[in-house]
Amino acid sequence: MDQAHIRNFSIIAHIDHGKSTLADRILEVTGAVTGREMRAQVLDSMDLERERGITIKAQAVRVHWRGHELNLIDTPGHVDFTYEVSRSLQACEGALLVVDAAQGVEAQTVANAYLAIENDLELVPVVNKIDLPQANPDGAAEEIAELIGDTPDHALRVSAKTGQGVEEILDAVIQRIPPPKGVSDGPARALVFDSSYDQYRGVVAFVRVVDGSFRAGEPVLAMAQGTRFEAEEVGFFSPTMQPADALSAGEVGYLVTGLKDVARLRVGETLTSQANPASEPLPGYREVKPMVFAGLFPTDSDDYPELRDALERLKLNDGSLSYEPETSQALGFGFRSGFLGLLHMEIVRERLEREFDLDLLVTAPTVAYRVETPTGEQVEVHNPADMPAERERVEEPYVRASIIVPKDGVGQVMELATERRGRFDHMEYLSPERVLLLYELPLGEIVFDFYDQLKSRTRGYASFDYDYAGFREGDLVRLDVLVGGEPVDALSLVLHREAAYSRGRLLVDRLREEIPRQMFDVPVQAAIGSRVIARETIKAKRKDVLAKCYGGDISRKRKLLERQKAGKKRMKQVGAVEVPQEAFLAVLNLDEGTKR
Amino acid sequence: MSGARHLYVHLPFCAARCGYCDFVTVVGRHARHGEYVDALIAELKLECGVLAERLETVFLGGGTPTFTEAGALQRLLRALPSCEELTVEANPETVTPDLASLLAEEGVTRVSLGAQTFQPHLLETLERRASPEVVRRAFYHLRDASFDNISLDLIYGIPGQSTSDLERDIDEALTLAPEHLSWYELEAKPGTRFTHVHGEELVRQAEEMEEYFERVVDGMTRAGYRWYETANFCLAPARHGARDLRSRHNLGYWLGRDYLGLGIGAVSTVGAERWRNTPRLGAYLEALTGGQRPLRDVEDLSAAVKREERVMLGLRLDEGLPLADATDAIDPRALDRLVAADLVRVRPANGAPPALVLTSRGRRLGGGVTAELLV
Repeated sequence: MDQAHIRNFSIIAHIDHGKSTLADRILEVTGAVTGREMRAQVLDSMDLERERGITIKAQAVRVHWRGHELNLIDTPGHVDFTYEVSRSLQACEGALLVVDAAQGVEAQTVANAYLAIENDLELVPVVNKIDLPQANPDGAAEEIAELIGDTPDHALRVSAKTGQGVEEILDAVIQRIPPPKGVSDGPARALVFDSSYDQYRGVVAFVRVVDGSFRAGEPVLAMAQGTRFEAEEVGFFSPTMQPADALSAGEVGYLVTGLKDVARLRVGETLTSQANPASEPLPGYREVKPMVFAGLFPTDSDDYPELRDALERLKLNDGSLSYEPETSQALGFGFRSGFLGLLHMEIVRERLEREFDLDLLVTAPTVAYRVETPTGEQVEVHNPADMPAERERVEEPYVRASIIVPKDGVGQVMELATERRGRFDHMEYLSPERVLLLYELPLGEIVFDFYDQLKSRTRGYASFDYDYAGFREGDLVRLDVLVGGEPVDALSLVLHREAAYSRGRLLVDRLREEIPRQMFDVPVQAAIGSRVIARETIKAKRKDVLAKCYGGDISRKRKLLERQKAGKKRMKQVGAVEVPQEAFLAVLNLDEGTKR
Repeated sequence: MSGARHLYVHLPFCAARCGYCDFVTVVGRHARHGEYVDALIAELKLECGVLAERLETVFLGGGTPTFTEAGALQRLLRALPSCEELTVEANPETVTPDLASLLAEEGVTRVSLGAQTFQPHLLETLERRASPEVVRRAFYHLRDASFDNISLDLIYGIPGQSTSDLERDIDEALTLAPEHLSWYELEAKPGTRFTHVHGEELVRQAEEMEEYFERVVDGMTRAGYRWYETANFCLAPARHGARDLRSRHNLGYWLGRDYLGLGIGAVSTVGAERWRNTPRLGAYLEALTGGQRPLRDVEDLSAAVKREERVMLGLRLDEGLPLADATDAIDPRALDRLVAADLVRVRPANGAPPALVLTSRGRRLGGGVTAELLV
C-alpha cells in the first residue's frame, strides 16, 4: 500500500489502565474480528499475561479504517523490557498515551511517555474509563498535558469498555500521526521489533519494513549478527497470521525464518536483502544484557534435568533469558540465571513452576558488578560468591527511578530513597495532589525489597518505574554467612558497607530461628572477609531420646526413627549442620518477612 | 530353633484409667477377671510350642496386675511355667501385706512398683490414686515380704513439675534404696484428654524440662546406680555382691531376643514375625473360650528391619552393641562423624569383640545419633 495511507502506532499505558481492552475494541470497531470471534483481550496470548495483566511479548495487528491501513503494535508494559519497548516504539510514528480517568498518570506512563518522546513519536493523549463513577477525566487530562507539554483539551475522552469514543481515536490516528516516510524503491531494510518461536516453523520475526520490500522465498540477511536465512513466508496479523506476497515500505508484519534459535535474530536487528543489501543498518541496535541475576535450584535435587530442559525450552521463546550451570555446596546443582529485571525474573520463575511443574529455590537476586582486580583485570560478577577478595574498585548499575506519590507521601519516599543511597534529581507536581519524584538509585538497592517498602510506606499509593542509567563506583562489600564455621555460598550478598551490619544481623537472627537445634552448638555468623560482624549460637539439643522402649513399643519406635531419618534426608547439609529447606527459604525471602 | 525364653503376660484391669496412660487397660470388670485368666492360660497352652523348655523370665504387666482379683491372680501365677526371674507390676494402692506375701509365696522374684512421683500435687495431675505415704508403705510391705529386688517406676516432665519437685522425687526415691529404678518422660499424646488439659503448660515448661533427663541421670549415677539402659538404672554389682540387678526380662527386648506375649494387646516377636493380639477384651475372650487364637495384627520383619532394630535397641544399653551386629546397618562415614563429635565410641572390650557405645552425651541424644548412624 501507498505509505501515505499507512499509520503505525502503539498504545502506552500503565498496567490496568485499559490497554488490552482498547486494543480489543479497535479490532472490533474496524471489523478485524467479529463479535463471535471476540475473545476478551485477543492480543495477550499467554495465560500468564492475562493473569498478571502484563503483556510480555509484542505483537502487531493490521486493521483497516476509512481507506487506511493501521498497524497496532502492542508493547510490553514494563520497564524490564525497556529495550523491547523502545524497538516497538521505533517501529511506529505515533502512540496513544492512555491514562485511567480515575487513577491519573502513573510512573510507568511517565517512563514510557519519555521513551516515546525520545523516539520522536506523535503522542495522542487518551483518557480512558470515563464511564467509571469515580472518573475525573479533566484531572487526568491535565496531568497528561503537564507531563508531555500539551493542552488538556487535546486529550480524547473514551471508554474502551463501552466503546464510547473509540471511532474518534481511529480518526485521530489518521489525522494526527504522520505516515511512514521510507524509501519505497531503495535497498530493503526492516526493523525486527520482536520475535517468537514456533515449534514447526522456527523463529517468526515481527518486523517493520522501513525501506524497499521483502518477498516470500527471498534470501535475507540480519546485518548486526550476520545471520542468513530464507523468508519462508511473509505476512501480517489480522489478528491471525495472513500470508502475503510481500511486505513493503511502511508496513508491519512477520517473516517466517526457519531459524531454530531466537538468539540468532535479536530484537533491534536490521533485516536486508542478501541480493541487494543496504549499506547501513537502522540505528539503535544493541545487545540487551541481563541486569539481575539469581541462582535457580530445584527443591528436590533429582529434578535438576527437568529444570535444565525447562530453561532450554523457555529460552526458545525468550532471547533475553540467560543461564549457566551453578553448583552450590548448600543447594546442590542449579543455574545462575540472568534477567532483564525483577519482573522478568518473577515471570520466568512462575513459568518454570507453573508450566513445567517445578519446585524451585531462588537465591536472593543480585545485580551485575564490574570489578577491577589489583592486577588491572576487569571482570563482571554475577554471583556474590564469585566476588574476588582483592579488588581495586567495584562498579554497580544505577537506575533512574520515577516515583509518583500523593503529596503527603513525599517525605516517606525521600526517606526510603535516602536509606537506599538514592540521589535526588528532580521533583514536580503533576497535579495539586500528586508529585513526580526522580531519583538515581543503585539497582542493587532496588532488588532488595525496595518496591515492597515503597508500597507499604505509602499505603499502596506510590507507583514506581525505572530505567538503566549506567555503572558507578560504590563502597561495596561481600557479606558471607557461615553456619557451623562453613560459608553458605548461596547466602552470600554484595551490598554497601554501611548496610552490611544491619543486614548481617537480620540474616543471623533469622537463621538462628529457622535452623533446628543440632547435637552440638552451631555458631551462625555474618562476616565481611575474615571479620565477623554478627554472631549467634544455636545451642545444642540436651535431649533427644525415645523415653521408653519395651516389647510392645519396638515397632512404633522404629517407625518414629525411620521418620526422623527421612526428615534428615530432606535436609541440606552445610558442613556437619543439617539445615532444612525452609530455613533457606525464610532467609531468601527475608524481604517478605520484614514488610511493614 | 530353641524357642523364646521370655514371656510377657498382660493383665489389663485397673481401678481407674489415668489420664496420661496409653496402655491397653480395662477399668473394673471384676466379674471377668477369672474368665480372662482362664483365657490367658488357654492361650499359653495354644502357644507353648514357641516357648523354650526352660524360660529365663516372665513379666506380668498391665494395666494393674495386682488389681486382678486375688484368687484369679494366684491361679495364673500357679499356671505359669517356671523361670529364673518372675516380675509383677504393682500399683502402690493395691499392695497390702497379704498381696505381698501372696506374690512371694507364688514365686514372684521381682516387683516393679508404679510410684510415678512423690509429690501430692503431681500425683493429682496424673490422676493417680495413691498418696506419697501409700507409695512408701507399699514399698515397705514388699520389703517385709522379703522382696530383695524391687524396682520403682517414676515419671518426669509432669505438667507443673518444677526443678525442685524433680530433685525431691530423686531424693525420696533414693531414700527407699530400691534395687532398680525406671525413669520415664511423660509422653503427652496429641489428641488425648490429658494433652488437651495440660498441653499449654507443657509447652510453657518445655525449655526448663529439657534438662530434667540430665538431672535424673546425674542423681542416679551420683548415688551409685548404673545407667544401664536409656531409662533404667540398677544398683551396681560392686555394692551388692555379685548380683546383676538389671531387668533380665527387658534386657531380652534390648538384645533382640524372641519373646511371647499373652493377653489383649500383647506383642510377640518370634523370628521374622511380630504380632499383636486384638486389644478388645470381648473378642479375645470369645476366641479363646472357643479354643481359637485371638485376632492378630501380623508384621513381617525383614532382615534389614531386624538389623535396624538391633541397632536402635542395642545403642540404648551402656554395654553398647557388638560392632559385628552393627556393620551392615550403619553408615561408616556417619560413624566417623559421630566419633569425632564425641557422641559415639568404639570400645574394645578386654578380649571381647569391639562394641559401639554411646558416650553419656550421645545417650541423651540417642534418637538423633541412631537416626544418623543407620543407613
